[in-house]
Amino acid sequence: MKSSYREALRAGIRDAMQRDPRVFLMGEDVGAYGGSFAVSLGLLEEFGPGRIRDTPLSESGFVGAGIGAALGGMRPIVEIMTVNFSLLALDQIVNNAASLLHMSGGQFHVPLVIRMSTGAGRQLGAQHSHSLEGWYAHVPGLRILVPATLEDARGMLWTALEDPDPVLIFEHGSLYNVAGELDDNAGPVDIDSAAIRRHGSDISLITYGGTLPAVLDAAEQLAGEGIDAEVLDLRTLRPLDEATILESVARTHRAVVVDEGWRSGSISAEISARITENAFFDLDAPVGRVCSAEVPIPYSKHMELAALPSVERIVAAAQEAAGARG
Amino acid sequence: MTGPMSPTRSPLDPEHGRHLLLQMLRVRQLEEKCVELYSAAKIRGFLHVYIGEEAVAAGVLETLSPDDALVATYREHGHALLRGVAAGAILAEMYGYVEGCCRGRGGSMHLFDAATHFYGGNAIVAGGLPLAVGLALADKMAGRSNVTVCFFGEGAVAEGEFHESLNLAALWQLPVLFCCENNLYAMGTALGRSESQTDIALKAAGYEISAWAVDGMDVLAVEEAARRAVDAVRSGGGPHFLELRTYRFRAHSMFDPERYREKAEVLRWQERDPITLLRSSMEAAGQLAGEEWAQLQADAEAEVAAAVDFAEAGTLEPVEELTRFVYSERSAP
Ligand SMILES: Cc1ncc(C[n+]2csc(CCOP(=O)(O)OP(=O)(O)O)c2C)c(N)n1
Repeated sequence: MKSSYREALRAGIRDAMQRDPRVFLMGEDVGAYGGSFAVSLGLLEEFGPGRIRDTPLSESGFVGAGIGAALGGMRPIVEIMTVNFSLLALDQIVNNAASLLHMSGGQFHVPLVIRMSTGAGRQLGAQHSHSLEGWYAHVPGLRILVPATLEDARGMLWTALEDPDPVLIFEHGSLYNVAGELDDNAGPVDIDSAAIRRHGSDISLITYGGTLPAVLDAAEQLAGEGIDAEVLDLRTLRPLDEATILESVARTHRAVVVDEGWRSGSISAEISARITENAFFDLDAPVGRVCSAEVPIPYSKHMELAALPSVERIVAAAQEAAGARG
Repeated sequence: MTGPMSPTRSPLDPEHGRHLLLQMLRVRQLEEKCVELYSAAKIRGFLHVYIGEEAVAAGVLETLSPDDALVATYREHGHALLRGVAAGAILAEMYGYVEGCCRGRGGSMHLFDAATHFYGGNAIVAGGLPLAVGLALADKMAGRSNVTVCFFGEGAVAEGEFHESLNLAALWQLPVLFCCENNLYAMGTALGRSESQTDIALKAAGYEISAWAVDGMDVLAVEEAARRAVDAVRSGGGPHFLELRTYRFRAHSMFDPERYREKAEVLRWQERDPITLLRSSMEAAGQLAGEEWAQLQADAEAEVAAAVDFAEAGTLEPVEELTRFVYSERSAP
């Protein structure tokens, strides 16, 4: 069937609501408004206000309440409009959700899912455009998912809800309208492994989420120049599927990491470090990185584009790595 | 907690009335143009217009001194304009041009202007309240007699930052005026669906802050209440709070399909359009002749037309400057 990324997410929520009466959705404007990105459109009518709960503008409060409800046996899906607003709930996410299991000596599990949009590209300026999923991936106790495909948008949620620990799902804002063919039987997917989205032998382009389409475009362009790029979609930023990354690099001997987050202290830095730690002698070139410029994302279109990873910059980084003497 | 309104309002000076009408018209026409330019894809990102709420900014800003500080939200075009930021610089900002008040870095939601002490546009709901408290703290510590005015929507009342800020301001008796623009909806969430206690002034009173509810469609009532509050704050009376009851006539932003309210409700409120209210009462009192009204409209139109010309002639900041303004630029030793 034809589906958009947004519809695939909605199908995932609906499926979870039907499977398990403990599942409920809460967040700002998820009900009457239809969801700020229209993901939950129609679900209020279908499931009622008890399970599709509009919250006041109280991110710390309702995320914390989600943690409490999870402790109390429910399976909450908490929606935060964008990652920038999740900063108001950072205390609850890091000090409670991520830490309770450990602090309680293994007694208290927090089976909570938090969904939020992330990323730039829509001229929304510095308080609505950041990519902070890499930050969250710094925190032990959290699992970080970054669905980039329709299958993952459809299937990651249920698997995340079955996880006894807190899972954060980051939906890149540029993906909501992406549409394509989704199998009628599409359902839960694994949330442990990275996926190879394009096989290739010359270089590994490693990315996730919103930059996957640009990386695939770059790979096509590189193919025209005789560079056969492999495209690896991380899918999960924590825990990282190190085995798939290392196995790919062992075959291609070159790697470029593409990440919309800022370069310093980023998930791309982590991946680069793991490759050099564990596959140094497989490498024929230094690990390359394409990240966002280290600025709060500006409003004007030309500046925003200049700040973000682009197909051209990805191609250039791959050419540089491929051109390096082996 | 309703206000200390004088039972009989002093008679309106017709010149002042026309001035207030012009102020509201300037905001209205600028924003009507913004909506048009958004549809023409000249303005991008999020655009939140203030149409219907103009009496609030027009009335409150009338009472401020040039050194007073202002903090607003992403629905701040009118506050910036009435504070003295040039319409051309506001529009150029929304076009993303370097001639904009923030060089195109901020856009509609992030208008700033140091010269007029306009501390912005803030796109994090309630994010401006603690800033306002700090600005007022600085004034108090430096012994200045300035007032900081902070605008925010009633949606912000649910955030912890609202409560923390009110408490701090009251505890330290800071010179800040909180102006809650209660337009009844936070995006699609009606006040009664987000607050257990919908009397917002009462919440402020709970922090021992003098708080009055005011008809935010009546610019004269807003001005009068704001003047009393600002005078009280300036003379050391500690923080004050106004709940300005108003309504947004348009969608929350350009992306809002408005599923959450009835058209009839919008139409009912439009009957209390703040511009029409003042215009009619002045006409009825023989204070506004037909040609005077036409002149006000023409003046506002001319300002907007000039602003569009200014913005259209704007230029892009060179991309080489992308990483400027992340850290302060210091002159070489
Ligand atoms: C912390 C935070 N959460 C959510 C949002 C998304 N958002 C933007 S405006 C808005 C509604 C705010 O309503 P209100 O404060 O009443 O102001 P109004 O828009 O009505 O002027 C929401 C939910 C945000 N910008 N910041």
